[in-house]
Amino acid sequence: MINLNINGKAYQVDVAPDVPLVWVIRERLKLTGTKFGCGIGMCGSCTIHIDGKAERSCQTPAESAQGKKIVTIEGLPENHPVKQAWIKEQVQQCGYCQPGQIMQAASLLAENPKPSEAKIIEQMNGNLCRCGTYPKIKSAIRLASTGGKK
Amino acid sequence: MKTELTRRQFLKMTGTGLAIAVAATSTGFRLLSAAELENAGPGFRPSVWLEVRPDNIVVVTVNKSEMGQGVYTSLPMIVADELDADWKNVRMEVAPAADAYKDPAWGTQSTGGSSSIRHMYEPLRKAGAAAREMLLIAAARKWNVAVKGCAVDLGRVKNLKTNRMLTYGKLSVDAAKLQVPQNPTLKKESQFRYIGKEIPRLDMHDKVNGLAQFGIDSFVPGMLYAAIARPPAYGADLASADKDAARAVAGVQAVVPIQSGMAVCADTIDAAWKGRDALKANWQDPKYPALSNASLEKDFADRMNANGIIARNDGNVQDALNAASNKIDVTYLLPYLSHATMEPMNCTVDVRKDSCDIWAPTQNQSGVLALAAELTGLKPGQINVHTTFLGGGFGRRFERDFVEEALLLSLSTGKPVKLVWKREEDIRNDFYRPMNMSRLQGAVDKAGRAVAWSHKIVCPSIFARVFPQMMKEGIDSAAVEGVRDLEYEIPNVAVEYMRIDTPVPVGFWRSVGSSHNGFTVESFVDELSHAAQKDPLEFRLGLLRNHPRAYKVLEVAAEKAGWGKPLARGQARGIAYQLSFGSYVAQVAEVSVNNKSGAITVHKVTCAVDCGSTVNPAIVSAQMMGCITMGLSAALKEKIEIANGGIKSENFADYELLRMEEAPEVDVHIVKSGEQLGGIGEPGLPPVAPAVANAVFKATGARIRQLPMKPETVLAAMKG
Repeated sequence: MINLNINGKAYQVDVAPDVPLVWVIRERLKLTGTKFGCGIGMCGSCTIHIDGKAERSCQTPAESAQGKKIVTIEGLPENHPVKQAWIKEQVQQCGYCQPGQIMQAASLLAENPKPSEAKIIEQMNGNLCRCGTYPKIKSAIRLASTGGKK
Repeated sequence: MKTELTRRQFLKMTGTGLAIAVAATSTGFRLLSAAELENAGPGFRPSVWLEVRPDNIVVVTVNKSEMGQGVYTSLPMIVADELDADWKNVRMEVAPAADAYKDPAWGTQSTGGSSSIRHMYEPLRKAGAAAREMLLIAAARKWNVAVKGCAVDLGRVKNLKTNRMLTYGKLSVDAAKLQVPQNPTLKKESQFRYIGKEIPRLDMHDKVNGLAQFGIDSFVPGMLYAAIARPPAYGADLASADKDAARAVAGVQAVVPIQSGMAVCADTIDAAWKGRDALKANWQDPKYPALSNASLEKDFADRMNANGIIARNDGNVQDALNAASNKIDVTYLLPYLSHATMEPMNCTVDVRKDSCDIWAPTQNQSGVLALAAELTGLKPGQINVHTTFLGGGFGRRFERDFVEEALLLSLSTGKPVKLVWKREEDIRNDFYRPMNMSRLQGAVDKAGRAVAWSHKIVCPSIFARVFPQMMKEGIDSAAVEGVRDLEYEIPNVAVEYMRIDTPVPVGFWRSVGSSHNGFTVESFVDELSHAAQKDPLEFRLGLLRNHPRAYKVLEVAAEKAGWGKPLARGQARGIAYQLSFGSYVAQVAEVSVNNKSGAITVHKVTCAVDCGSTVNPAIVSAQMMGCITMGLSAALKEKIEIANGGIKSENFADYELLRMEEAPEVDVHIVKSGEQLGGIGEPGLPPVAPAVANAVFKATGARIRQLPMKPETVLAAMKG
């Protein structure tokens, strides 16, 4: 049994300790906002927060997340500045990678509320978007970092 | 069967509000209400649904797949505008797969070819306008006044004399009893409330909050997860697989051979994947062991020497080339590309004795329905296809291979099955953008005018497999698109198509033939402009005097980009344009090249698009931005590596996509021509690769004739 705290809720899951957290979150607990993209930590679609830091859930064995605070896209409040900025900028196209983008951006802004352009690129570069929304992601992060003002 | 189902659905609505269907007939669109449909006989297959419910909610059924291009917003906007509905009351529903929802222009329910708005604009406007007129009549009767004494006003009808208001919801039941007008008056452009405006997307809230249901988010109680071990090379046979070891993995329920490999079905996805690993599948006898990038390049070059099919022949190119002294003879080569949708291929299927449910991120509902009927023996009316959100499509999800596998596995296990491909399976089992090689010969005369253009393309055929009936005289129209219809006014033009069949399957990849031909054509016209010692923009405009839309987008892109104005040291601009899917797009790229490494930096892309008129300019701009990014990814980074008879590339470590650090600033300008509607999902892609290559030439003097433009390729070209 693996004990997980996700979005403030306690879960007990009967799963092997080495199962990637992405499968536990998505396929067992049906918190499907966290997406599977590559399985090797190179696309960022599965990004979640573990103790406040952005992590790739496909690279995180379930066991290692025990006793930690996990937050998924569903646990980030709807009025979170990053989510609001994403809506204002109409970032999404297909939307598949975007929960990961949003979680990555939220973690970036939590650490660095006024990131430089270079810092934004450095922190977001691991998150792929095949629809090509990068310019909008950048402007949404800038919007969120200025409290909704451009 | 299907018509009966449709009637049943319709009858269910009768008395609960106003519902309108549109049927495409040989004499045009016919509009039907529920009552009329009941009496219309079996011939009518209505393709558009619009409901005005008593609670004022307006529901538009969308028969197109949402893969990022915005149809879940733009199609309802068209209806809402004609209906003069209050946007906050407009909802969309996803159409099931059924004859009733076929695209009236195609006669099939599928999404592609940048056609959704082009094909649905007229029927959706008519449906909205008909409902509006019926609501007006219903109100006029209620108030006992003339119809012209009433006006619609944002989801209500107003009595112009008394200023009293009735909501659409209140009128919907009475309106439903009226005959549907067949030729309702459509709004004038000046009356549009939503069309042409930047209306926020309806799918945004769910997509921001992780609530949007993609294919991979489907669940059925009691389902098994499936994982398939596949051969590493085309045509290889399974030599050995340790089925017992797979079965020994806790949770594994079945090990099933299917045509694409050996499947392991288990209670959980991790068990299925562990079971697949436990198989330790060994493969032997690849059918084409020597197949590699190098062997393919040689095959393509050999085919270049054989006689192809003439697709266009104006004047006499050979004479013109023979007579010319200023001429160029060069060869371009582009690789196979993967779609690499962020959501890997997946499908969930539940086949039961007398019915079947399929949850699929598909661009091809009609194809999925037909396939399911064929494999299960069920009738189409017994099969429910649930189209989920698509985590990218780009043409990949027009294919049905992943649906077929899930269907076969549900049939053989007798249980619901959820199949999710690994990224490695996704990249190695794609229907790739075709590799292609073009030999281009051209000449300019003493006055600097282009006088000859000979273009021979060696390219595998997509249509020969997907739509063989569309092959005309042996020519695959996709392979020669953007070449056969070359707009440049050159007196002698020859286009020759040489089909080549290779073991690597090919399919529709965003903007299809234009995505590769745009590069060769727009690079080569740049080469001619250099030979003519003319400015690349001026040279193009000189060849487009009778093509005002092409002329205009080039002019606008150039002007907005500051063409001819000084740039920062080391930077240069390149320009290109392409007509594809009915839209004209010109782009100017600003690049710099690292002289030591050959690495290209694209600083900015300025884009001008003329798609006739626009339904949602924000979505148009977003699609341009997306196309530029994806096109740039292909231009700078992407190439499928092939070795030992199979695909070697397997994940984002060795099939790299463009990342944020490489994404340029994008500046989009919409040119309103008022011409016929053009597509939007694809036409922004073709010009970016040649615009960048032309800028690289300007910056370095090196002409790049191979994609991708990796640093080593650029460096080699710079060294000559």
